[in-house]
Amino acid sequence: MKVSYYPGCTLKTKAKNLEDGAVASMAALGVEFEELPRWNCCGAVHSLADDDLIHQVAPVRDLIRAMEQGSEKVVTLCSMCYNTLARANLLMREDETKRNTINSFMNEEKDYHGEVEVVHFLNFLRDTVGWEKLRSSVKVPLKGLKVATYYGCTLVRPRNVAIEPAGEQKIMKEFLEALGATAVGFPAETLCCGSYQILANPDAALDVSATILDGATRAGAEALALSCPLCEFNLGKTQEELLGKGKISKEVPVYYFTQLLALALGLGGEVCRFDLNDKLSAEFLKGRNYPLEAVA
Amino acid sequence: MSKAAECKCASSRQVATGDRAILPEGAKTIPIYVMGKKYEVPETLTIMKAMEFAGFKFLRGCGCRGGICGACPTVYRKEGDYKLYFGLACQTVVEPNMYLAQIPFYPANRAVYDIEKIEPAAETIHALYPELFRCVACNNCTKACPMGVEVLDYISALKQGDIARAAQISFDCIQCGLCASRCMGELPQYHIAQLARRMYGKYIQPRALHLEKRVAEIESGKYDSMLDSLMKMSHAELEKLYKEREREPDMSAPGAWMPKDTQYL
Repeated sequence: MKVSYYPGCTLKTKAKNLEDGAVASMAALGVEFEELPRWNCCGAVHSLADDDLIHQVAPVRDLIRAMEQGSEKVVTLCSMCYNTLARANLLMREDETKRNTINSFMNEEKDYHGEVEVVHFLNFLRDTVGWEKLRSSVKVPLKGLKVATYYGCTLVRPRNVAIEPAGEQKIMKEFLEALGATAVGFPAETLCCGSYQILANPDAALDVSATILDGATRAGAEALALSCPLCEFNLGKTQEELLGKGKISKEVPVYYFTQLLALALGLGGEVCRFDLNDKLSAEFLKGRNYPLEAVA
Repeated sequence: MSKAAECKCASSRQVATGDRAILPEGAKTIPIYVMGKKYEVPETLTIMKAMEFAGFKFLRGCGCRGGICGACPTVYRKEGDYKLYFGLACQTVVEPNMYLAQIPFYPANRAVYDIEKIEPAAETIHALYPELFRCVACNNCTKACPMGVEVLDYISALKQGDIARAAQISFDCIQCGLCASRCMGELPQYHIAQLARRMYGKYIQPRALHLEKRVAEIESGKYDSMLDSLMKMSHAELEKLYKEREREPDMSAPGAWMPKDTQYL
């Protein structure tokens, strides 16, 4: 099976550890991710200003690329790309005036009306691959691994593009359980990670990171799974500083959900790219005797 | 009645070059507008030749006249058409009622770096040109490129850290600057692409090993005596040698021919 795939810029640079495991896992399950031709930045952040249509052009152009590929849906991994693409898609479907304005501005492209469905990889795993198929493909069950399910903002807000109904928070739990892990829900799982405030207002960002990490620890989690490079930075790469400042009680290994997927499918550390995570992450898995090499 | 006289637009004979206007035989004249002023020019000319026909003299904004130096980018509109068109003045043939302006130079900041010391990584480009991330994918750059380069695509490739792809996509860039003139993010695209191509050429592209070998042979003096003997020859001896040289037959298959004298191989 082939499916259109939108990676996003960060997955090609700093967050290869979000992409590689997903692509390899899908290949192992017989799904070919067909990267969109000539894709551009998704826009990164959905513009909230009602009349700021120019910032919808980037995501719409990507959706046109998917339409040109003849696809009914495009799968994406990064929470922010998902959010930006899905919201632009909604706008093109629902707002005729804005749709016409954007289409006539992009007069070198085919007109777009929301023909393509934007699908987050978690939804793709649940609805197209299926938890049963996933469960039966696991070679290295993550038995006994207690993983906090961290959604952040952009997978679940606003509700019209949320990957599951507001307040439900089942999908990441079901995903981790299919891999054999123990999913740990916690009160801060949809709290913002601090986002770009890490640049403008780092103290505030570090405070929320601490709330999330300590919240996961207190709920009994040993590790945390997420789906966004910015969350990964704020929660994974700041822990040394947080510990030094006494803002958290202990470090928590942070993983992209796609890394845990590849690990459980026995694909090994090479595609998981734990070298790009916080330094704790590979050590922790080694300590638990999970094979970081591919399993036949 | 001559062809020129049949043409409605030519009837007014408003040629700006006074009594020196000589039309190519049989050519009609058409009106074009240069900086808003109307000129009647032969329809067969390029924009550059037409402007010279009309009396303009290029001291700058004109280089190779062969479509490669990037000195004569020109913006124009056609009567009754909202779209902007772009072309090189030396390559684009005039059309009736073309409103045109040459933009021989467009200001765009170029980052300072030492190519010998630079780290060939996307992060280096991102640090030297942080404005890269102001791109909103409006695609005006690509629409403006007179060389048909997919400018947005190489900007996207650089955001994605793919220097090799950016170098390949931008290969036909002639550094005219029209992309930068149309950019709403104020990017100097053509300078960024040049940095990508330099990095690619110096650090990423595989080296040509046979070239290194040949350079080493030259430096070791392998060919010195041959050159010395040529330098000592008289004019007549050289001419004889040249005329009697062994030539590869014109249509011989690649690798099929070998000279009788192999001492230079």
